[in-house]
Amino acid sequence: MTDNAPLSLHVPEPAVRPGDTPDFSNIRIPRAGQVARPEVDVDAEAIRDLAFSVIRVLNRDGEAVGPWAGLLSDDELLEGLRHMMTLRAFDARMQMAQRQGKTSFYMQHMGEEAVSCAFRKALSPGDMNFPTYRQAGLLIAGGYSLVDMACQIYSNTHDPLKGRQLPVMYSSREHGFFSISGNLATQYIQAVGWAMASAIKNDTKIAVGWIGDGATAESDFHAALVFASTYRAPVVLNIVNNQWAISTFQGIARGGSGTFAARGLGFGIPALRVDGNDYLAVHAVAKWACERARRNLGPTLVEHVTYRVGAHSTSDDPAGYRPKTESEAWPLGDPVIRLKNHLIARGAWSEERHKQTEAEILDTVISAQKEAESFGTLHSEQRPSARDMFEGVFSQMPPHLRRQRQEAGV
Amino acid sequence: MPRRTMIEAIREAMDVMMSRDDDVVVFGEDVGYFGGVFRASQGLQAKYGKSRCFDTPISELGIVGAAVGMAAYGLKPCVEIQFADYMYPAYDQIVSEAARLRYRSNGQFTCPVVVRMPTGGGIFGGQTHSQSPEALFTHVCGIKTVVPSNPSDAKGLLIAAIEDPDPVIFLEPKRLYNGPFDGHHDRPVTPWSKHDLGEVAEGYYTVPLGRAAIRRQGEAVTILTYGTMVHVAESAAAETGIDAEIIDLRTLLPLDLDTIEASVKKTGRCVIVHEATLTSGFGAELCALVQTRCFYHLEAPIARVAGWDTPYPHAQEWDYFPGPARVSRALAETLEA
Repeated sequence: MTDNAPLSLHVPEPAVRPGDTPDFSNIRIPRAGQVARPEVDVDAEAIRDLAFSVIRVLNRDGEAVGPWAGLLSDDELLEGLRHMMTLRAFDARMQMAQRQGKTSFYMQHMGEEAVSCAFRKALSPGDMNFPTYRQAGLLIAGGYSLVDMACQIYSNTHDPLKGRQLPVMYSSREHGFFSISGNLATQYIQAVGWAMASAIKNDTKIAVGWIGDGATAESDFHAALVFASTYRAPVVLNIVNNQWAISTFQGIARGGSGTFAARGLGFGIPALRVDGNDYLAVHAVAKWACERARRNLGPTLVEHVTYRVGAHSTSDDPAGYRPKTESEAWPLGDPVIRLKNHLIARGAWSEERHKQTEAEILDTVISAQKEAESFGTLHSEQRPSARDMFEGVFSQMPPHLRRQRQEAGV
Repeated sequence: MPRRTMIEAIREAMDVMMSRDDDVVVFGEDVGYFGGVFRASQGLQAKYGKSRCFDTPISELGIVGAAVGMAAYGLKPCVEIQFADYMYPAYDQIVSEAARLRYRSNGQFTCPVVVRMPTGGGIFGGQTHSQSPEALFTHVCGIKTVVPSNPSDAKGLLIAAIEDPDPVIFLEPKRLYNGPFDGHHDRPVTPWSKHDLGEVAEGYYTVPLGRAAIRRQGEAVTILTYGTMVHVAESAAAETGIDAEIIDLRTLLPLDLDTIEASVKKTGRCVIVHEATLTSGFGAELCALVQTRCFYHLEAPIARVAGWDTPYPHAQEWDYFPGPARVSRALAETLEA
């Protein structure tokens, strides 16, 4: 016999559902400039509060303030703005191309452009990203060809991956962009292994792991943190918290932990949270974390606080699980507009030049798209050879695959 | 030629490759300072340093996942899963990542990783120290699966596996670590020092992947087997006096089909023997291939002797393990058919 009431299961729920008024009152957002910038050799213990705050640079008036400001020139910021605008325009065109049946699938970045675009600019040649399917900004900000991206999406004759991979599962060793896998979180521990290899060879290169809020629940996340901590691997471990894992709100993966960044503390890994819609803040935190890795001070965990404005993918309709206007209520705003306003406040930009640039970028994206389409789209006649299907399973084709290729008549 | 146990041969293979190639690294649980629970990496850390041979946290997915990342960088990790029974947490990294990396990146990234795992039963290992999960690897496109049956092969195959540009699952029958085992658990164990295949050449040599070895020439029936069961099959042939041709497959994938086909076409009969459970085991693939390739030469149904379709038990070890009596019975039935 017990005096206790019967037990009951706690299942977290988002604050609101479709039809409700969006509510982000539970998200605590400090003022820009408020969070201190520690030395890079700081102990994880000494900056516990950074795992529960949000590093922000751009204030409401579009000014860059506080200790994390002042790292980027006007030209660098204009370049960053251009990268984000390019990613957004590319997303819009590819989303449309999917609706037109030119490909089977697409995943856009709407609202998260700053995270990958700004982070990329803190990296050096030879560093390696282990991205998820929502970091194409790493490619765009790294100068990868839009035509090659579109060819991959179309699975056409110029697809660098020969039609073997689902759209957006890019790969470019040359651009420090590890092959994307459909299996969530697997790349997180691989990033740690790559970083360990760099350390084993006394190299100077670092690795960057990427994961979403939902995928932090996978075992690989845990393994990555253990290994990164044990071997003090030169790796930056990014968590992109866009609040949603398809239809599941971030509280399901986060549980009772205050933040995702807080997970790092138990592993003795310095953990920071950053305003993921603030290009300057993402870049400044990236620089800090990369410097730690480069100076052999070990790993850093960074939670990028952002919002997934678009649908999860072209196969998803968010109206089924969240209010339609939720993204408009998101308190950290839009990364493109915020950087644009900052540049205008700096006197380096104007509405006219922005509109003009937007048009130029659209032209560039459309011409890249057209060039890619000249090599075929998914259901066109132009596609990778069926022979390519049998290549590359092994370094040399074994006899049983040669027999199967022959049987396939290709 | 010096005689070595299989453990010593495996250690020599890693030693040879670590000294030949700075990119070879060895790690796993208890692998570093202690030298492995089976002593396979004993002395390697002292000789090559902690950055080449080290202990890991107890995380199979971490071990294989980190190895995949290292391989993407350009290293050649040779990692250990303490028992094949514990590879399941790493299965996603093996199947979804290691096996597919070359294919999905169109060769931009490759995965020259070797995953060593002690496998097989006959040691009172119970459910989680006895399994033979090879069929779970041979079904995966993009990985090679190797099972040696003696020290000489173990060393040559492991060197070949480490040099191979593709991921290799290297299953080591732990029952054979210290000596050959023919299934007669009631007799004293012979050490490898008393067996010809315990002769292991010094230094570097390879046994190529994808090539079977004929352990016994014969005319009456072909036995297709690998690992511990090679010795069980030899014992059964000797005891029955049946002139069996025993083929030690050594590499399950890619498979040496030419050797198999030539033998079965010669004998007209085929018995497949493995420790792993029967249903959907690797024997089913062998059976299908032999049936397809040798149909008009077969004079009897192809027989399979395998572990029962149960988890590996403890007390009933010798009722479970397909010993020489069961193999002998299958040979006799196949000849009478």
